Amino acid sequence: MSDATPALEFKGVNTHYGPVHVLKDVDLVIYPGELVCLLGGNASGKTTTLKTILGMAMPSSGEVLLDGSVITGHSTTDIVSRGISMVPENRRLFTRMTVKENLEIGAYLRDPDDDLEPEYEHIFDMFPRIKERLGQKAGTLSGGEQQMVAVGRALMAKPKVLLMDEPSMGLAPLLVQQNFDIIKQINEEGVTVFVVEQNANMALSIADRGYVLQTGQIVLSGTADSLLANEDLRRAYLGEVE
Amino acid sequence: MTATDSQAPVRRPATDVDRRQVVKWGLMAALIFSFIAAINMPVVLDRKVIVEGVLTLGMVSLLWVPIVFGYLAAKEDVLEGMEPPQKGARDLIAGLVAGAIGGTGFALFLILINTVDVRDIFINLGPQLVEALTFGRGAPAGALLWIVVGAVLGIIGGGLHVGSKNVRAAFVWALLLPLILANMQVIVEDIFQSLSLEWVFDFLYATRGGLTVAGAVIFAAIGALAGYRSGGTGVTRVRQHYASLEGAKLRRWNIISAIIILALIVVLPMLVGGLANEILATVGLFLLMALGLNVVVGFAGMLDLGYVAFFAVGAYTTAVLTAPTSPTIQPMLTLNFLTPEGWLVMGAVILVSVAAGLVVGTPVIRMRGDYLAIVTLGFGEIVRITIGSIATQPLFGGANGIRQIPSSELGPIVLKGTNSQTIFYVVAIFAGIAIYVSWRLLHSRIGRAWAALREDESVADSMGVNTVNMKLLAFVIGAILAGFAGMIFSVKVGSVFPQSFALLVSIIILVIVIVGGMGSIVGVMVGAAVLIGVLGGPTQPGLLAEVAEYKLLLYGAILVFMMLKRPEGLWPSVRRQRELHQEEFLQDAWLKQQAGGDEAENEDDQLAQQAERDKGEDEQKIRILEPEE
Repeated sequence: MSDATPALEFKGVNTHYGPVHVLKDVDLVIYPGELVCLLGGNASGKTTTLKTILGMAMPSSGEVLLDGSVITGHSTTDIVSRGISMVPENRRLFTRMTVKENLEIGAYLRDPDDDLEPEYEHIFDMFPRIKERLGQKAGTLSGGEQQMVAVGRALMAKPKVLLMDEPSMGLAPLLVQQNFDIIKQINEEGVTVFVVEQNANMALSIADRGYVLQTGQIVLSGTADSLLANEDLRRAYLGEVE
Repeated sequence: MTATDSQAPVRRPATDVDRRQVVKWGLMAALIFSFIAAINMPVVLDRKVIVEGVLTLGMVSLLWVPIVFGYLAAKEDVLEGMEPPQKGARDLIAGLVAGAIGGTGFALFLILINTVDVRDIFINLGPQLVEALTFGRGAPAGALLWIVVGAVLGIIGGGLHVGSKNVRAAFVWALLLPLILANMQVIVEDIFQSLSLEWVFDFLYATRGGLTVAGAVIFAAIGALAGYRSGGTGVTRVRQHYASLEGAKLRRWNIISAIIILALIVVLPMLVGGLANEILATVGLFLLMALGLNVVVGFAGMLDLGYVAFFAVGAYTTAVLTAPTSPTIQPMLTLNFLTPEGWLVMGAVILVSVAAGLVVGTPVIRMRGDYLAIVTLGFGEIVRITIGSIATQPLFGGANGIRQIPSSELGPIVLKGTNSQTIFYVVAIFAGIAIYVSWRLLHSRIGRAWAALREDESVADSMGVNTVNMKLLAFVIGAILAGFAGMIFSVKVGSVFPQSFALLVSIIILVIVIVGGMGSIVGVMVGAAVLIGVLGGPTQPGLLAEVAEYKLLLYGAILVFMMLKRPEGLWPSVRRQRELHQEEFLQDAWLKQQAGGDEAENEDDQLAQQAERDKGEDEQKIRILEPEE
């Protein structure tokens, strides 16, 4: 697997917010078709990592590579159009627009002549509920449905790489489980998925590999199984006390 | 559907009046009464006759108060699960008491200003005002009459609740239609004259202004009939019908309404005379600007308070390029819309407007909300001060402005500023283009991007929307439309001065957009027609030329009222209406079920019931799926 060109790669990335050093020499590799998670507590730099990928935060040094070509310094529009889409933290739907309009925005950067029907079909297969609610204001949906729309919106762009920011946040346990099942399913359909998550147990249960971020540094990495077995990680993130 | 059937509803007795509410609205009525009197409105507006020998606008400015506040005092919220309070005596009592309280307060006010001399500060508050407002009977006796007037009109106001919706609408329109038509005398007169129907006009309207008694009765009857038939929901029903149309039907509707509007635009200026055409031209000019601002504020969600700057830029560009009195640069081009020379002028207006749009847009693009508003406000003032300053005098003529801007031409037709009719046609053409452009933009990818931007800028960004370009685009389109308005304005007026581009212009255009309905193209048209047509622009007269000195007060009052009661505007985009009134929607649905079972009479009901069902499902689902949320 390591011979293939990584779908996404961080090479010694440093990112600052003003003078504050947020990401410190981060190296990450995600191969095509993988489901990789980035674990970390509050303020460890998880969201900044995603912003750096999307070009919404500029690295002060280092490079981000997509399919082997450098995307550092490119505009968000350009990066998104190369096949990355994101499900933002807390879903962040356009609450006053209808579900349909939300989905349409997801396909914003696609060729206007593209036939979007396959994507709609795909999303309706995955979330039959969305179909019933197309004309409804997104803000009137329940949390679980909003999550479905947020995922649907990201899929409308037909992404090669899907970024998920804290998919478990603000959802009931039952819905978190459903949500992760969906993520797994999307990954199995061939989309490379990068999940940023605090809920280490849940994320590692579906991921192939994982990285652990602590105050902006990668402190641990490995296969999901090895991480689940790691004593330090268990202590720090899985709430186990000796 | 609602789980209220099992509970015993609480029936309130027919005479149970909500005392707090009645006293509150009564005192409010007293306050408004006194305020209107204190600003001398009844005296100033007395010139405008509504019904010959019976009613003037001055009286109307006071008499509406007890009716409206009597209505409000008797208004009772219908609560879900509770039996609606019985109609009848309690409404009349509430109206009567509130009206009487208002009248009493006003009487005390009149007696007070009759005894205490406060004319040093409040020039109007003197014996003359008291004399005018006491039915010629002097202070104590005449003032006390207001208690009776207040009570009687209060009963009418409260009584509006008693009848059915149709009766209420009939009553309201019987009062409103004569009032509206009396104020539209200028237009009606010209139309009847053009149609050689002077004798009808002479029958309906008095020679010295206002309706004749017969005319008032006829119009009141027509108003009552129309009100009764429509139940006061005619416009709403038309709008909902329109919103429900799809495909070929929608296209047919669009075409038919476009033809009607087009015919009106072509024919109306020919039927009406100079003054009415002047008003039409002003409406068109402000409509053009409001359409531009609608793109910035309504579509892209950026509050621009310095919009007048682009208007000034367009006007001065035209002035410099065409006027012989332009101080330094004097190309003296002719603005003929059909020759290359005219295109050069228009091109220059576009170019300079775009440049101005980019100059303002670029630095403020990273700002949001309040900050954006303040910076644009400052920019508007900077432009006004710059063109009036001594430093730029060699270019723009300083405070003296640029005069003798020549007429423009459309092929062989000369468009003179003194002939408002031709100006109106030009404005109409530009406004038509603006409407088409904004309509196409709204329903394009760009429109969708703007909507996303307005909702959540950072998520729009992460979806790949190029937020910087989209914002600049909105700014630039707005600037171009205002630039065109400025171009026509300079030709129409024949001269440009820095004072013509005051902050007030920006504010009034913004009020048009807000009152009409942000983001709604039809709304902006309605807003411009109602506000500019009736009240007039910052310096231009409207139909109600008499209210000139109260124009800003009325603008403010309308804005406050709309923000409180109808924040989505007069003619909102369907989406915004949904946003802002979902609860009322649901309540209406519930009330209708109470009233008449499940028969849905029109789309209104069906829509509301659908919304209710959706809500019910939502609640259920939330209970099942998310016990912890």
